Amino acid sequence: MPTTAPAFADVTASDGALRRFLHGLPGVDTVGLEARAASLGTRSVKTTSKAYAIDLAISMIDLTTLEGADTPGKVRALCAKGAHPDPTDRTTPRVAAICVYPDMAETAKEALAGTGIKVASVATAFPAGRAALPVKLADVRDAVAAGADEIDMVIDRGAFLSGHYLKVYEEIVAVKAECGDKARLKVIFETGELSTYDNIRRASWLGMLAGADFIKTSTGKVGVNATPPNTLLMLEAVRDFKAQTGIQIGVKPAGGIRTTKDAIKFLVLVNETVGEDWLTNEWFRFGASSLLNDLLMQRQKLSTGRYSGPDYVTVD
Amino acid sequence: MASAFEYAPAPESRSVVDIAPSYGLFIDGEFTDAADGKVFKTVSPSTEEVLSEVARAGAEDVDRAVKAARKAFEKWSALPGAERAKYLFRIARIIQERSRELAVLETLDNGKPIKETRDADLPLVAAHFFYYAGWADKLDHAGYGANPRPLGVAGQVIPWNFPLLMLAWKIAPALATGNTVVLKPAETTPLSALFFADICRQAGLPKGVVNILPGYGDAGAALVEHPDVNKVAFTGSTAVGKAIARQVAGTDKKVTLELGGKGANIVFDDAPIDQAVEGIVTGIFFNQGQVCCAGSRLLVQESIQDELLDSLKRRLSTLRLGDPLDKNTDIGAINSAEQLARITALAETGEAEGAERWSAPCDLPSSGYWFAPTLFTGVTQAHTVARDEIFGPVLSVLSFRTPDEAVAKANNSQYGLSAGIWTEKGSRILAVANKLRAGVVWANTFNKFDPTSPFGGYKESGFGREGGRHGLEAYLDV
Repeated sequence: MPTTAPAFADVTASDGALRRFLHGLPGVDTVGLEARAASLGTRSVKTTSKAYAIDLAISMIDLTTLEGADTPGKVRALCAKGAHPDPTDRTTPRVAAICVYPDMAETAKEALAGTGIKVASVATAFPAGRAALPVKLADVRDAVAAGADEIDMVIDRGAFLSGHYLKVYEEIVAVKAECGDKARLKVIFETGELSTYDNIRRASWLGMLAGADFIKTSTGKVGVNATPPNTLLMLEAVRDFKAQTGIQIGVKPAGGIRTTKDAIKFLVLVNETVGEDWLTNEWFRFGASSLLNDLLMQRQKLSTGRYSGPDYVTVD
Repeated sequence: MASAFEYAPAPESRSVVDIAPSYGLFIDGEFTDAADGKVFKTVSPSTEEVLSEVARAGAEDVDRAVKAARKAFEKWSALPGAERAKYLFRIARIIQERSRELAVLETLDNGKPIKETRDADLPLVAAHFFYYAGWADKLDHAGYGANPRPLGVAGQVIPWNFPLLMLAWKIAPALATGNTVVLKPAETTPLSALFFADICRQAGLPKGVVNILPGYGDAGAALVEHPDVNKVAFTGSTAVGKAIARQVAGTDKKVTLELGGKGANIVFDDAPIDQAVEGIVTGIFFNQGQVCCAGSRLLVQESIQDELLDSLKRRLSTLRLGDPLDKNTDIGAINSAEQLARITALAETGEAEGAERWSAPCDLPSSGYWFAPTLFTGVTQAHTVARDEIFGPVLSVLSFRTPDEAVAKANNSQYGLSAGIWTEKGSRILAVANKLRAGVVWANTFNKFDPTSPFGGYKESGFGREGGRHGLEAYLDV
């Protein structure tokens, strides 16, 4: 697969060309973008549509543990949870993936054998991304060798913010090559550090041009993570990219999405911005940990009519 | 867009509002029948269900109401500003407390979506009362010298598109400045004004300070003509506005008219496209386009026209038309059969004159008054749909090549109420805004309202300003 969509091959020919292209993208009006996201946030999703949305959201979760204290035991517990989120109700869908550090990828792979759940591994000196390219590539190679189906890389925000777009681009291309056809690549922008919506739109295009399979908001490790406006903006970017190239790219908001109500708001953004092509875990994911239990409690509430509380979902 | 993710019906409960089978006129603090006993029915435009039967004011009732207002004026105008403010603050708070009830009522009587009454109309209504309550004891500092005096009795005639909000625009500044009022709501939307009468009683407002006369054009004409009315404030069609101007010519009545519009929404090639699309939708489909300051003419730079129209059409296909009480409805019903006929006729003229008509696939309910959101492309300045106010969900798309051409086309209208500019270039916003002959110019937004901002028109869009400090002048003897 070519790394750059043919229609845009010339824009990555030089640093100058790439900069001119990214700076020539339509601007983003902050007030208007936030107003649109807020307005979609008022959609009322009840009864059957809520049940649909909850199951869809569960199936889209990249259930995540990215802590220094992670152990094989913790990872295995999370994998069991992902395979059977609600032990009292086997109709509950499985999550999409378990997201771990590279050294835990092998443990996760073994624990998930036969479940169909993917192993996602962060890599490239996650979360800061402050390492030399060979180190980052070795990180990716390790994770892929350990069986990761998906690689969540971070971009070099320092390079991006200092205007070295081609450097960011080439790094993504190199990581993509390392993934080969073994792993899908998610590119994390750390939107909280890019700070402006114009930057997020530019980063989205940069990532898509470089061959990202998914574009992802954040690491979950900084103050501002996924928000409805930044996710809406990235959905607009994948929509426009598909319209111009025919290539579909996934979107993954990550960090800070903790409640069913929040998750449904994101699904409404997907539904009304890019439509049903993206309403599957092939193309939309939630990077989250505590979200799952809230979805399970709401699911139990819908099916039994009672809200039973946190003792009736598993703690991991 | 058809999707696996369908939203289940989410209707706001009707039980929060209790509509009586009949209502009287509100004169001198009491509900009373019309002198000639006439009544009319008010229906819900989305279902044609009769909501209530309302007394229909005639000339005799107008006279009674004006006399009551005159009698109340002496004491009301003599109250210290801070005392008048207390009543206005109280009214504002009651409106907030009853906002859910009033939003459902307005949606039933007007046909607009609950999303709009809940998130736009009602918050703005309360904000107007709060804002002018704040002015009541500060009139010395409004820029009209010390102790500016009220005019007396204000006769106010309001339209059906924002029934309660237009009432707030009229009544709040009038009361803050010490006038008393006789207000006639539109015949298709009398209910929220009658609920407001109840709020006046709840707030303990002295009798006769606010009088509400539901009725038709004849009652409005009688009010405008009444010799003891000192101030006429009208919002509505340009045709009626002209008739009022003729009626009051030669009298010493002070007049403000807020009339029609054909707002130009100008999108430059460096605009934030996604937000511009939202602004175009808000500009023309907010309240089914039944907005005097609607952005009903889209002027788009030719170099981005195709791209913008593709985005706009895609966006229009996501609009949800249907039950106005459903919280997910974006487009509600047209207010009346008469208005629907007018929109339909103008759209047919557009087609007959060769403009290309487009609507997203959309099922219209079988009862009630409905019109699908519609675009006309290939429109020029010579088309009727580019010149006449349609007052419905119909957008005419025109193109331009240069900023000068955009300004020339935008200003080439009998109206001059609103305009929008979409560009990421700040200097262009300032340069173009200065050349537009429109009372309101929005930059990278549209249909944004705020009680602190004056609102009014150039040319046949009327004269006088409502809102803000400027809005006080219309009710002061200055």
